[in-house]
Order: sequence, then C-alpha cells, then structure tokens
Amino acid sequence: MRSPDLYPALPEKVREKSGQPIELCFQCQKCASGCPMGERADYLPSQIIRMLQLGLTERALQSSSIWLCPSCETCSARCPNGIKIAAVMDVLRAMAVLRDFAAKNKEPVFHRVFLKSIQNRGRVHETLILIQYKLKVRDLFSDAVTGLKMFKRGKLPLFAKKVKNKKIMKRIFAGAAQAQG
Amino acid sequence: MKFFYYPGCSLEATAKEYDYSARMICRQLGIELVENDQWCCCGATSAHSLDHLLSLALPARNIALAQEAGLSIVTPCAACFNRLKRADRELRENTEIRRKIEAICEFQYSGDVKIYSLLDALASLYGLEKIAAAVKKPLAGLRVACYYGCLLVRPPEITGFDQPENPTVMETLVAKLGAEARKWSYRTECCGASQGITNPKFATRLVDQLLTMAMEAGAQALVTSCPLCQSNLEMRRSPHLNLPSFYFTELVAVALGIPEEKIWFHKHLVDPRPLLRSLLPAG
Repeated sequence: MRSPDLYPALPEKVREKSGQPIELCFQCQKCASGCPMGERADYLPSQIIRMLQLGLTERALQSSSIWLCPSCETCSARCPNGIKIAAVMDVLRAMAVLRDFAAKNKEPVFHRVFLKSIQNRGRVHETLILIQYKLKVRDLFSDAVTGLKMFKRGKLPLFAKKVKNKKIMKRIFAGAAQAQG
Repeated sequence: MKFFYYPGCSLEATAKEYDYSARMICRQLGIELVENDQWCCCGATSAHSLDHLLSLALPARNIALAQEAGLSIVTPCAACFNRLKRADRELRENTEIRRKIEAICEFQYSGDVKIYSLLDALASLYGLEKIAAAVKKPLAGLRVACYYGCLLVRPPEITGFDQPENPTVMETLVAKLGAEARKWSYRTECCGASQGITNPKFATRLVDQLLTMAMEAGAQALVTSCPLCQSNLEMRRSPHLNLPSFYFTELVAVALGIPEEKIWFHKHLVDPRPLLRSLLPAG
C-alpha cells in the first residue's frame, strides 16, 4: 500500500485525462474543510491530490474517498488554484474500475445497474434499478418500509416509460465505448 | 414563451409531484412546454463516475432533439440541468470533444439551444414581478429555508451563478409569493446525493444537519429544486426531524391559487398539508 506506483506514468495519466493542473496544489486544505465526506472517508480530497503529486496513485485508487465523494463540487468551486477536484475524482473512479481496484465497492455496482437501464430503455427505471442494486449487494430489507411507503404513493411505479428508438441508445453506448478506445 | 421540456427520469417516478406542479404552474403562467417522448436520461452521477464521454453524449442527444425542434431546453431537475449545461459547454468550447460527440449522437451541433433550469427561466426570462402579479393566495406567515444544494449552483462556470456561495434567486421568488425566507448558512451544502442509496447512514448525517440548521433558523419547511435533495430530505432524515420539504414549484402552485388537492401533496413522505392548513384560510 505504501509503495509508489508500479506504473510511474499513472499520475500523468490522471492529469491528462482530467485536464487538471494537479501540480498546483499547495495543500491549503480549503477543499478538505468544505468536504461533506471528510469525516467518513479514509482520505481528504487534499490528501488524494497530494498522493497524485507523490506518485501514489494506486493508493488513491484503492481509497474509499473516491467512492464516497458525492460530486457536490464544493472543492472544485473553492480551490484557489483552479483545480477541478471533482473532475479528478471522476477520472480516478473510472480508472479504479478499469484496473479492478473497485471490486469490493458497492457504488460502482449501482452505477453499472443505472447505466444498463439507460442502455436498455433510454431512461432509468428507478424502481427496477433500486431492486436490482439491492439484490446485487444482498441488502433487500434495509429500505423495505420506506420503499413500501413510496410504492403506496405511486413514486415507485412498476411500469416506466422508455424511449421508442432504442437503436439510437445502443449506438450512443457503442459509439462512446469505441471513441474512448 | 415556449420551451423544450426535459423532465428527466426522477420526475417520472420518485419526483412525480415536481413534474406535475412544474407543468401546472407553467400552464397557469402561459409558458408552453413541448415534450418530445424521445428524450433520454442525462446519465446523472453514474455516467460521469464511470464514463466521461458517455456522460457528455447522453445530454448531447437531448440537446440534439431540442435543436431539431428549434427550442431552448427548460428542466426542473437540478442534476439534469447540470449535466446538460456541462455537455453544452464542452460542445461549445472543445472542438475535439464536439467532433466525437457529433459522430456518436449523429447530429451537427449548432450552439443555438440554450439551457435553463426552470427556476432560472421563471426568474430571469419570465420575470418574478409577473409571478408576483399572478399571486392569488399569498403564503403569508410561512417561514421557509431555501435549499439550493449542489448541482444547481456548482460549479459556477457551468451553472452561471455569479454568487455560488450566496445565491438569492429562490429567496427572492419565495418573498414574491408572500412567504418569509429565513437566513441560514447551509443553503448550498450537500444532501449526500446518490450516497443516499449506496451509503444511507452517511446521507442521514448530512440530512439531519440540514434539517436541524433549518429548524434553528426558524424555518417551518425547506424549499428545494432538486429531486435527489427532496428524496434524501424526506427519506434519509432521522425520524424525529419531521420538517416538510416543498419543491419550489409546489409553493408557486399554492400561491397561484391552484387548489391544494390538485398539487399532489399526498405523495410526500413528510406531509406538508397540516402546515399549509395552519397558515392559509380554508378554500
């Protein structure tokens, strides 16, 4: 965990993919002090940036921080050096999944179920994705009461609208995957 | 005034009352909303967390539909607004991305489609004075805490808010409706967003803090403009913090004199009707 990256080019890759001047961070902690996940995650956003500067990308990729980050953009809006930290977090998340660092995290499970719904229907079937996600992480009962209340109020419909032209959705997903390389 | 209406997926399920009240007030105010049933999901947090290009292509598909219709987009959902604005900015400023997205979404980007949140469309295009003039049932005596959350205001270079730490548009709107907007300092704090699903305890901490601060500020309810904020405020709070939350469109609807039973308050998990009845004379 404490060793530097096996692939020394990783931090440069994060820099390039996010387009963010990571090297400009001087650890003022402004991002950290406004961060909602600060007290729960294993590292603060300022620490994640520091890891990237030091070539400890893999440690950042294994952190809970990148998944607990709710993308509230407070860090990006407040950084005095104009580093869009939320954009860096996005790159780290995608990288963590790609490099199989996130197998134990449930957040990417949710994101995949969510995207699958869009791919198949053009829109998110909220009821269906909640059930699919809960099944996948084997947690069917924690929200049963709230779920039932919402169902009774018609907020979790069984049938949801979808996009008629499904071919275009398939082409968008395929096109994005291809262009990404 | 005519727009390409983009409700987004939540407004067809967990936030049905937001969609319903948005359409109702637009009808009443004479704003025409055109919906093309080909609109697709904006990708939300999931797309930008895993696939950058897809997170731009999905909103771009909707921009393409609006462009075809020759209309600007209006969306009530703060999250959809954020994703649409972001994609539009990339299409406008990044030639390489534009070429890729144009190929993926099979269209030529013209840059003519403007993207508005419904709140902004009402405030800066329609005009708050006109709304004030249409008020039939002022919300006198109602004290609210306006809650912006994240995605409507941040990042400011995308959303266009000139004072992202101190937005005021919702407070001004609420005042025009006759209610009192209490001052409080948690207006742009995060509700936990999709962590409400994946890490509910984390969201509860944030939501409880918001509700406690709003109560301390003397508010009887919160006002939101985001389906995810509203869901978390209602679902993820600790049971004793039963402060109701309204979509801003619902308060506009009440003030415009639309009868309460038509506003779908029964869909809320924290019923706001007792509060409203305690303030407004019957009928």
